[in-house]
Amino acid sequence: MFTGFFYTLRRRKVPVSITEWMTLMEAMQKGCISTLDDFYYLARAILIKSEAHYDHYDVAFQEYFNGIEGTVDISEQIQEWLKDPLTLKRFLEQYPELRNDMEMQELLRELEKRLKEQTEQHDGGSKWVGRGGTSPFGHSGYNPAGIRIGGEGGGRHAVKIAAERRFRNYASDLTLDVRQIKVALRRLRQLSRTGPEDELDLEKTISATAKNVGDIQLIWRRARKNTVKLLLLMDVGGSMEPFAMLCSQLFSAANSSTHFKDFQFYYFHNCIYDNVYNNIERFEAINTEHLLHTLESDYKLIMVGDARMAPWELTERYGAIDYYYRNETPGIVWMKRIAEHFTHCVWLNPDEPQYWNHSTVQAIGRLFPMYPLTIDGLEEAMKKLIVKQ
Amino acid sequence: MKTNFDQFKGSTDYVTSEALRNAVNLSIALGRPLLIRGEPGTGKTQLAHSIARGLDKKLITWHIKSTTKAQDGLYVYDTVQRLNDSRFGDKNVADIKQYIKKGKLGQAFASTEQVVLLIDEIDKADIEFPNDLLNEIDEMSFYIPETNETVNTIHRPITVITSNAEKELPDAFLRRCVFHFIEFPNPELMEQIVRVHFPDIKNNLIQEAMKTFYNLREVDEFRKKPSTSELIDWIKALLACETPIDKISKEVPYAGALLKKENDYDYFINNYLKNGLSGVRRRL
Repeated sequence: MFTGFFYTLRRRKVPVSITEWMTLMEAMQKGCISTLDDFYYLARAILIKSEAHYDHYDVAFQEYFNGIEGTVDISEQIQEWLKDPLTLKRFLEQYPELRNDMEMQELLRELEKRLKEQTEQHDGGSKWVGRGGTSPFGHSGYNPAGIRIGGEGGGRHAVKIAAERRFRNYASDLTLDVRQIKVALRRLRQLSRTGPEDELDLEKTISATAKNVGDIQLIWRRARKNTVKLLLLMDVGGSMEPFAMLCSQLFSAANSSTHFKDFQFYYFHNCIYDNVYNNIERFEAINTEHLLHTLESDYKLIMVGDARMAPWELTERYGAIDYYYRNETPGIVWMKRIAEHFTHCVWLNPDEPQYWNHSTVQAIGRLFPMYPLTIDGLEEAMKKLIVKQ
Repeated sequence: MKTNFDQFKGSTDYVTSEALRNAVNLSIALGRPLLIRGEPGTGKTQLAHSIARGLDKKLITWHIKSTTKAQDGLYVYDTVQRLNDSRFGDKNVADIKQYIKKGKLGQAFASTEQVVLLIDEIDKADIEFPNDLLNEIDEMSFYIPETNETVNTIHRPITVITSNAEKELPDAFLRRCVFHFIEFPNPELMEQIVRVHFPDIKNNLIQEAMKTFYNLREVDEFRKKPSTSELIDWIKALLACETPIDKISKEVPYAGALLKKENDYDYFINNYLKNGLSGVRRRL
């Protein structure tokens, strides 16, 4: 019954399994469901296991039971981009009047409208969404505050993500989820015995008791605990925008893993200079120098970024992408100091390896062993972090 | 075949939505655990208490901690006690049964009457924890090798599992559950909930308190937004101290009951209290 609904849900990328479908059939057989309203709630309770899919369920339900095709919600995607702290920050700086709720809504509608009107690729000008130009929407050019659609700051061909829906594909092709990342992170384990002696050592107790002619002698030992300390440095904003979701998953996996002795994380933008940020939105920074002084070299360092930037950002004094940020020391020097300070470090690159043929990516790849941010890449990277050197 | 499906109708002190009632009854009918998620303070744990009261059944609560193992819920074999007894010899150590102590899950399975079993905050435990319970939850039985005994359920317990989504739960586990997400109550439902807790409350006090509460929830800078349980505590404080009604929205007395994080409280004092809603950043 309603088998079509099952496939409608699957087409909407709701992860429904046959087990769950059979459970629904069982519920119907037991007479739990008598009206369509019941069906709506009960099928949802059985089939959907995350509030994140409630919306997809609603769309599928409407589609199947009313025969109405759901519409593509572009504004949702725009909202997604705006969640990126850097985009939003720059955006709001440029347009202070937009802090007002209503105008923001209007602006989103406007962007959506233009995306729909626009049918061909567009460069320059001030109205259309595209490459260059002074329109607040679109990518690169004179308007760093614009919504950089496509998010590829390094100058690959301009891609209009909203039009091509590349972003959505990321979501569905995304093979890494938080759980998988966590399982990979569990490889980061170096157990050693620390703390109070409060664990019973059974074998030693038995042999000590035997030696003691059967009189019980309890032997206690320290419990084994993980001694791995983790430092995560993440590139945010700019060319990392398409990977924001992937990175936030990596972050939430690391942050909620309880097995590390210590876990610290900071952000940077494209390249590391004198500061790294606790909160890039508010520019709460700490000194990179201070970071290197306070963290012992046995912290395992995971760098995350696409390592893709303009060459001068890496090699020049005052080369930082933020115009008003005057770095005395070129980024590459900082990178080298970091790589030399920590005994174990890896670089995870969310970009596909076929795009790594870029001067700055290669320069950084010579400093940090670089792995793609996929299941396999992550596993390899974790192995690298744990080996004795 | 419709056999008393609508068993759970809520209890006098807990207001439910239709979707939640349906999910509870479905979980009872199918004998599958009900997995509840939602913002902290929306009454996930209270739901199990309400089911127990509403259906007049005993409640067994298993609080999960980061160190909890699946085995702890089934039974613990107290070897150290047995070793100790063998030395001082005042018990028959050949009788292993007396050293098998059933955990919360074991108690619920072995109970002679149907009970409500609450597994609270399952996501606090290790990431593999839910997987270790798959078979026990399917079969509702387990085997104790030490005594060669199998514990079978006579009545499947009504199982409620709560999660704060701190960790992702494994798919295999999710497939076996009925799921419900407790939405944040809208003002109408919230008013009902408040009235259930404070039947004699004055209309204008409810309105002032709710207005302030929903305003505070709109502040985007707060790390932990106040939720239902905080509102109830706050109203309790307002009533206990007989706060004049006109002070509520202006001064927000006892705001500590609503905002639990130091940062949030500082932000509230410096921005919200001085400038009101215009002084804070709100959701876009």
